[in-house]
Amino acid sequence: MSDDLKILEDVANSEYKWGFVSNFESDNAPKGLNEDIVRFISAKKKEPEWLLEYRLKAFRHWQTMTEPAWPNVAYPKVDFQDIIYYSAPKPKVQLDSLDDLDPEIKATFDKLGISLEEQKRLANVAVDAVIDSVSVKTTFREALLEKGIIFSSFSEAVHEHPELIKKYLGSVVPYTDNFYAALNAAVFSDGSFCYIPKGVRCPMELSTYFRINSAGTGQFERTLIIAEEGAYVSYLEGCTAPMRDENQLHAAVVEIVSHAEAQVKYSTVQNWYPGDKNGKGGIFNFVTKRGICLGYKSKISWTQVETGSAITWKYPSVILKGDNSVGEFYSVAVTNNMQQADTGTKMIHIGKNTSSTIISKGISGGRSHNSYRGLVKINKSADNARNFSQCDSLLLGDQCGAHTFPYLEVSNKSAKVEHEATTSKVGEDQIFYCNQRGISTEDAVGLIVNGYCKEVFNKLPMEFAVEAQKLLAISLEGSVG
Amino acid sequence: MLTIKDLKASVEEKQILNGLNFEVKPGEVHAIMGPNGSGKSTLASVLAGRVEYDVTAGEVLFNGEDLLDMSPEDRARAGMFLAFQYPIEIPGVSNANFLKTAVNEVRKSKGLEVLDSKQFLKIMQEKMKLVEMDKAMTQRSVNEGFSGGEKKRNEIFQMAMLEPSLAILDETDSGLDIDALRIVANGVNALRDGQRSFIVITHYQRLLDYIVPDFVHVLYKGRIVKSGTKELALELEEKGYDWIKEEVDATLNA
Repeated sequence: MSDDLKILEDVANSEYKWGFVSNFESDNAPKGLNEDIVRFISAKKKEPEWLLEYRLKAFRHWQTMTEPAWPNVAYPKVDFQDIIYYSAPKPKVQLDSLDDLDPEIKATFDKLGISLEEQKRLANVAVDAVIDSVSVKTTFREALLEKGIIFSSFSEAVHEHPELIKKYLGSVVPYTDNFYAALNAAVFSDGSFCYIPKGVRCPMELSTYFRINSAGTGQFERTLIIAEEGAYVSYLEGCTAPMRDENQLHAAVVEIVSHAEAQVKYSTVQNWYPGDKNGKGGIFNFVTKRGICLGYKSKISWTQVETGSAITWKYPSVILKGDNSVGEFYSVAVTNNMQQADTGTKMIHIGKNTSSTIISKGISGGRSHNSYRGLVKINKSADNARNFSQCDSLLLGDQCGAHTFPYLEVSNKSAKVEHEATTSKVGEDQIFYCNQRGISTEDAVGLIVNGYCKEVFNKLPMEFAVEAQKLLAISLEGSVG
Repeated sequence: MLTIKDLKASVEEKQILNGLNFEVKPGEVHAIMGPNGSGKSTLASVLAGRVEYDVTAGEVLFNGEDLLDMSPEDRARAGMFLAFQYPIEIPGVSNANFLKTAVNEVRKSKGLEVLDSKQFLKIMQEKMKLVEMDKAMTQRSVNEGFSGGEKKRNEIFQMAMLEPSLAILDETDSGLDIDALRIVANGVNALRDGQRSFIVITHYQRLLDYIVPDFVHVLYKGRIVKSGTKELALELEEKGYDWIKEEVDATLNA
């Protein structure tokens, strides 16, 4: 599979051939993590004192914590002192045109149905005079600002909207929450900041594409999304084109705050480098994502398609504090070859008349292991809570594993909790039936698996859904037979 | 169209086809009958390309091409269709989506332009009438929750959509009530256009009342031991297979 997905390897990781340009500060922090490094990071970003304090508190707390070992995944111990926690943004090599791109890379872009413009951006082709992508981005940003919508990098927001950052940073995922959240809070690099004012419906899907200073994705991304009363936003994260990164550990934190009658849709398509056929290399994706429905009828929906990473460990969750609030989690998690996933969600019901929906589709192939871990917690105060969970596992071949760990903690007797789980296999007979109708085995698996994931794909914004379907087919290449 | 020479095939080390010889010309309808275990389903499986079956000897030419050298999907694209005896279910994949994918694959292999949803829908609605299929069925997942009769009708519907040059019906009449049998037979007859060939594998003569064959063959112990016209089928209905078994076994032991 790594042969098919060896994209961007040459482009994303190549050094600027002609040495450093004079006004680039050639400083990376030395390896290791200590208070000095935290100060170094904060100083590099010219952060205000209060934020440095926040980082230091988080760091000191992190030092008291023990790395968790409970997930159903196995990986070589991470040496936290062997990581560089700050590196200067690297200028990418520029190509003159897509013709200069490795034909195999171009073929995969085409397979994924990525538009030419997007291909150029991903391959860092010099933008031609006619279509200036920077001005396109600027136009969108201005359109957003007119409505009072702020969409910028987290670092920019720290300088331009400190009061919002101060108010909400850590309000959903405090640094005490878990080991990786603490680490992230101490050394976070950058991420997105999004603020939708009262009653405003964001007119377009926000994706990191439109963030003007989207230098390479950070190792410790920090994202904060705030939707005021009655606001609406649909946010897309990720990219179907597989991303390589020399940093193996990715520990991001995403916080979402949804006020009364606001709705936030957060969609992720993740295709980080999964490692080679033998499980060597590959990204560790240890993410803490959580949203809080603060007010009456607040709504937060998480939709994720996880096909990459050597290890995916994340539980996008929703705290249903406001009465009548709604939480949703739709997930397709694919593991192939030697990948491992321990993913799921937590729905915490606190307010009255809250409801949550969980649809999780796990697909395992090769020698991979795919675990769903979910918590539905109905607090004593949560009258009339409703939850529906469906966890399905699909096994391709006979060397992979699918595991389900559902936790139901119900402390209110008016709650209605439904849980369904299925396990199925893609049978040889089904594939032969498709073959006999002229459909190749590869396409047959794609057809069957996409049918299996339909429910989740339907929740994705259109373009993402189309790319996700193709991505699924590519991720499963070589998984059957 | 189809020439089978001395075909020998086995499954799980057991030889089932013992030197089968058989020829089908364009437009012909051949019925293959025979007692249980004679190799009827094995023949269908081998022609369709199931990997569980080992071809140990012989040759099969399909429109002059070496069929045994082709993958199942290539055989399908070349115009071979198998109506399964036990059609499998594919949950999550709608009949419409499944067929559109299949039809376009076949078209692509012939160098034809693929059909868009609108064009495909039009053709689908036309062919649905052939097997009295209602719209709702096309949105359901392939064979999921279908009754036996509905599954067999779905096979014929797919055949109508894919327009093969050779259709093999593997005991299509098994499990059908009289009405379903009529609908299925009508569907098949509507597709007889003088160029398309059919191999109808069946236990019982009754289907052949509806789908009248040009030739009837008896398969026994992995070989075609008797061939005739539709009268042969009537004779079998009356007398059973014993007289043929005796005839054949006597010759073998002679």
